[in-house]
Amino acid sequence: MSVLASPQLWASTLAMAVPLALPALGGTFSERTGVVNIAMEGIMLVGAFFAVTFAYYTGSAWLGLLIALVMGAIVAAIFAWAAIRLAADQVVLGMAVNIFAAGLTAFLLDTIFGYTGTPPNTPQLPSVDIPFLDHIPFIGAILSHQSILLYVMLVLVVLSHWFLFHTKLGLRMRAVGENPLAADTVGLNVWRLRYLGVIIGGVLSALGGAYLSIGILHSFDVGMTGGRGYIALAAMIFGKWTPFGAFGASLLFGFANALAIALQGHGVSPNLLQMLPYALTILALCGLVGRSTPPAADGIPYEPRR
Amino acid sequence: MTRALRSILMPLAAAVIAMIIGAIIVSALGYNPVQVYGSLISGAFVGSFNLGNTLAGAIPLILAGLGVALAFRAGLFNIGAEGQYWMGAIAATWCGIHFHTLPGWLHTLVCLVAAMLAGALWGGVIPGLAKAYLGAHEVITTMMLSYISILFVKYLIEGGPLQETGSTPQSPAVDAAAQLRQIMPPSELTTGIFIALLAAVVVWWLLQHTTMGFQLRAVGFNQRASRYAGIRVPLYTVLALGLSGVLAGLAGAVQLLGVDTRLYDSFSAQYGYTAIVVALLARNHPFGVILAAIFFSALSNGGQNMQQVSGVPASLTDVLTGLIVFFVATERLLPTIGAWFRRRRRGQHTIATPAQGGASE
Repeated sequence: MSVLASPQLWASTLAMAVPLALPALGGTFSERTGVVNIAMEGIMLVGAFFAVTFAYYTGSAWLGLLIALVMGAIVAAIFAWAAIRLAADQVVLGMAVNIFAAGLTAFLLDTIFGYTGTPPNTPQLPSVDIPFLDHIPFIGAILSHQSILLYVMLVLVVLSHWFLFHTKLGLRMRAVGENPLAADTVGLNVWRLRYLGVIIGGVLSALGGAYLSIGILHSFDVGMTGGRGYIALAAMIFGKWTPFGAFGASLLFGFANALAIALQGHGVSPNLLQMLPYALTILALCGLVGRSTPPAADGIPYEPRR
Repeated sequence: MTRALRSILMPLAAAVIAMIIGAIIVSALGYNPVQVYGSLISGAFVGSFNLGNTLAGAIPLILAGLGVALAFRAGLFNIGAEGQYWMGAIAATWCGIHFHTLPGWLHTLVCLVAAMLAGALWGGVIPGLAKAYLGAHEVITTMMLSYISILFVKYLIEGGPLQETGSTPQSPAVDAAAQLRQIMPPSELTTGIFIALLAAVVVWWLLQHTTMGFQLRAVGFNQRASRYAGIRVPLYTVLALGLSGVLAGLAGAVQLLGVDTRLYDSFSAQYGYTAIVVALLARNHPFGVILAAIFFSALSNGGQNMQQVSGVPASLTDVLTGLIVFFVATERLLPTIGAWFRRRRRGQHTIATPAQGGASE
């Protein structure tokens, strides 16, 4: 119980939710327009790598972040082109991106930085101290001194919800994911809206990757995302393909992770606790913990030229 | 005939294009691509040690690849072969460190059967039933179960019931009598290769020459029509995923009893994921799986030699693998590019057909 009362646990819950919530939001955008996206893991790796590389060479973490987002968008655009224009199997394509990204980042790390890894003097994005919150005992320790990307993530969750559910464009994107033929009939450009969804997804995933490499650290390691892209996929599903749902699921999964670390040496196996996200996702898909139903046209290519 | 030819040429073209892009990358970095690929090939095939290890590495890929291919033939995507592989390895380990009184061959058999059952449970019963009766997509459930099984292994060997006495996170070694025999020492090749080849023949026979195989393929081809024809689709969903799990579980057992002899956390080397790539490149044909498995095993073994000899990081082989999967997935890539060139060549002279649906590219 004393573990639960420690602000450290809750602070790390939030910190660990960021690299899950960002790609989970990204996946939500992609799948809401009808493109199954399991490539978050690979795009996160690409984002993480290019963020560090360009942060080091330009001397500015912000420029590194910018390039990371652009690279995420480019990878997502290629993925989108193959999935939309060439009607390729989206799950297989996602696998291709993940394998390619793991190989490419490891390959470039070795060829650019050699076997010593990324240099220690790479700049890092700032943490933020919030003036008033700082002095409130418990809350301050949780919400202050976090990476700036945490606050960006919180804003993005609200923005994404507003965008998807309260704007015309958001409605159109969701329509394309539910019934592309009907959307096409009323004059919507199915392909263009799907490109938009996938590319937003790529940018958000790359942002999640950059958080890992220049947000909480200032280095890149081979495979440093450690499967977070897949947990984000689980969070997206457990969150029923909604931004607030994805955020809530990410918090829950982040909490499971933080608790696993806090309980190390207390007789509870951290490995068993870390199974929680995966087990909950299966139960949710089976309808045992609040049924999760994907968008109706999720994963089905659409061919307007028939 | 042309269909058969196409199904051989397309994967081959994917591999060749990927290798060409790889050659361009290494040339751009100032290496000699002929030397780089030369060191890759010699590291994979030249000498009985390298050849034996390449074949040894192909064993788990053949078995798990057959599993993924079989599920694909029924229209199901078993992306979680990795998890079934681990569960098979756990079962084989548990049996291998118990039952000391059994004769060697029977002990091995018990380990293999236990692994197949564990794989069937993890691949077939749970995701199969969830898919058939609750509509949960197998891509997600098998993937999630993979992560659960990897964490389960960690639990078992990090202070759990399978940890060897001492502080190393690993299981005890299985009884020497239960281990598979080496047939090409000092390479890692064991009698497991015969199990793998036999499995390929069995899967081929099952798919092509039995009613069950026919119905399984029918379900994969057209689920609705199969249902009208009286095929019990839920049964075949569970069956296909179950057999898929059996093969992946067997892969884990053969690798454990043949090469590693004990569980530790990096026991797998991602064989379950590579198995998906193997099945894709083989276009789900059982004998194609054998060739594709040898290809990817050669890529991985040769990659180590390539790094030592020519200095190109071995991770280049992962880049190539990713490209191959991409090109295999995008069958329409070449026709689309071809059509684009033809349009451009004629472009100025013909009246462009009005773009429909405002397709953006």
